[in-house]
Amino acid sequence: MNPGIVPLGDSSVLIKLGDEIDLIINRRIHALANLIITSSVKGVVEVVPAYATLIVHYDPLLLSFTQMKAYLRMQISQMEESESRKPRRIEVPVRYGGELGRDLEFVASHCGLHVEDVIRIHSEKIYTVYMMGFTPGYPYMGKLDDRLSMPRLEIPRTHVPAGTVAIAGSQTGIYSIESPGGWQLIGWTPLKLFDLESKSPFLFSPGDEVKFIVEN
Amino acid sequence: MSLEVIEANGLATIQDAGRIDWRRFGVPTSGPMDMFAFRAANALAGNTATSAVIEIGLGDIIFRALRDCVISVAGVGYALSIYIWDFPLWSSYYVRSGWTIRLNKLDTGMWAYLAIAGGVQAQPILGSRSTYLRGHFGGLNGTQLQVGDILRSETPSRSLNELAARSLSAEALPAYSDNLVVDVILGPQEKYFTNESMSTFMEQEYSVSATSDRMGYRLEGAKLTHRNKVELISEGMAMGTIQVPSSGQPIVMMADCPTTGGYPKIATIASADLPLFAQCVPNKSRIRFQETSVAKAQKKYRMLINKLNEGIVESDS
Repeated sequence: MNPGIVPLGDSSVLIKLGDEIDLIINRRIHALANLIITSSVKGVVEVVPAYATLIVHYDPLLLSFTQMKAYLRMQISQMEESESRKPRRIEVPVRYGGELGRDLEFVASHCGLHVEDVIRIHSEKIYTVYMMGFTPGYPYMGKLDDRLSMPRLEIPRTHVPAGTVAIAGSQTGIYSIESPGGWQLIGWTPLKLFDLESKSPFLFSPGDEVKFIVEN
Repeated sequence: MSLEVIEANGLATIQDAGRIDWRRFGVPTSGPMDMFAFRAANALAGNTATSAVIEIGLGDIIFRALRDCVISVAGVGYALSIYIWDFPLWSSYYVRSGWTIRLNKLDTGMWAYLAIAGGVQAQPILGSRSTYLRGHFGGLNGTQLQVGDILRSETPSRSLNELAARSLSAEALPAYSDNLVVDVILGPQEKYFTNESMSTFMEQEYSVSATSDRMGYRLEGAKLTHRNKVELISEGMAMGTIQVPSSGQPIVMMADCPTTGGYPKIATIASADLPLFAQCVPNKSRIRFQETSVAKAQKKYRMLINKLNEGIVESDS
């Protein structure tokens, strides 16, 4: 594996392990991210994993790009030898359809399926949280079954409530705070994805496995 | 209690050096738009480099001191008056209880930083006092300062008399300007653009659109053309990263930008030049980009911070 390590400005590095949404690549990304987090080097500020890339933010007053590159090469070789730890699995109860899952029927007819099939297909798979972004606590999960592939909305909705379960392309997500949203809305979970009152403010971490449980 | 907000016509928020350790959960760093002026304000007030301050932009603001304190103001585009006198920025001042502090917005520049000796008090959220407006948390109640808000500060590092009347020497200031050449490190997706577009990006002048905000500055100027793909699978970004969506008009990520994005990134602004870029005025400033290497950019940044640290002139008394 010859990963690309390139600068993103003078205070961040981009590590690229692939070009697509792929579970094996993504697991490597999370293994590398965790390795860097635990190795705790002064000057390395934080890591941001995504589908097939990892950004490492660092302090240019303490580390040069050359030093970062050498350090990261070493972490990458160590990662290849280390075992990735078993991901955490989180169950998410979902009330499909209704007012909050208002696109469910549209998704069914667009995909040529009964509503019950959409619910079954969506809820039977175990998804991986490939990455988090967009809003605090928002999980990008996949891979969604091809039969449920839907385009994004042409015009995003301005207010999607927190907890709304959504799909687009090969992904599924859950809106973590009220925000605009361009995905197809198929249900709602009472679980809080982002809670500052809690000791663990985030329900998900990148790399977690997720299983939706049908409530209705 | 140190200051009370008497009038607030723009956007004033409490910011510290930024919220870190949570970007992989989708939480932006927030923090100051102009990191140099932020650091200068804290240094002048004798605070640590990460202390919380008040970032002020887009309009006038007036405070009343509720007790004797030392404040400092650094930035571009504001006129400062305390009690009945006008004062220059980039200095610290002894303010007596009952005096008003006025910051009036000028035509040039965007952001000023008011530090209180001891640092502005605020409940840390996820380890930081920075305000994240979109998330409604951090700073004071997760929102901008309102009339009637009270700002509290911690105990200053030294006596008020020692901290007042300090200034930053002119040589330590970077060359803030309305006609700016901004150093950028190219990539990582420079190959997504036609050769012609890469030349355009490096040669043409851009201006900042009025639709810009703390999340990003939209640039207006010569359109850039993608070779074929306009989107890529999402990856992380940094403040200063320049994304180019299908419109061909670049957007520069700023303090409240999302942690990840799916548009090709043509370049990232060098840390030493980001404060100057942040002070560019919509529909007024003219910006041109210039390529630099990471090594040169880092050296420039180190020199900037060293000059700041060495440029604090103590008061005579």
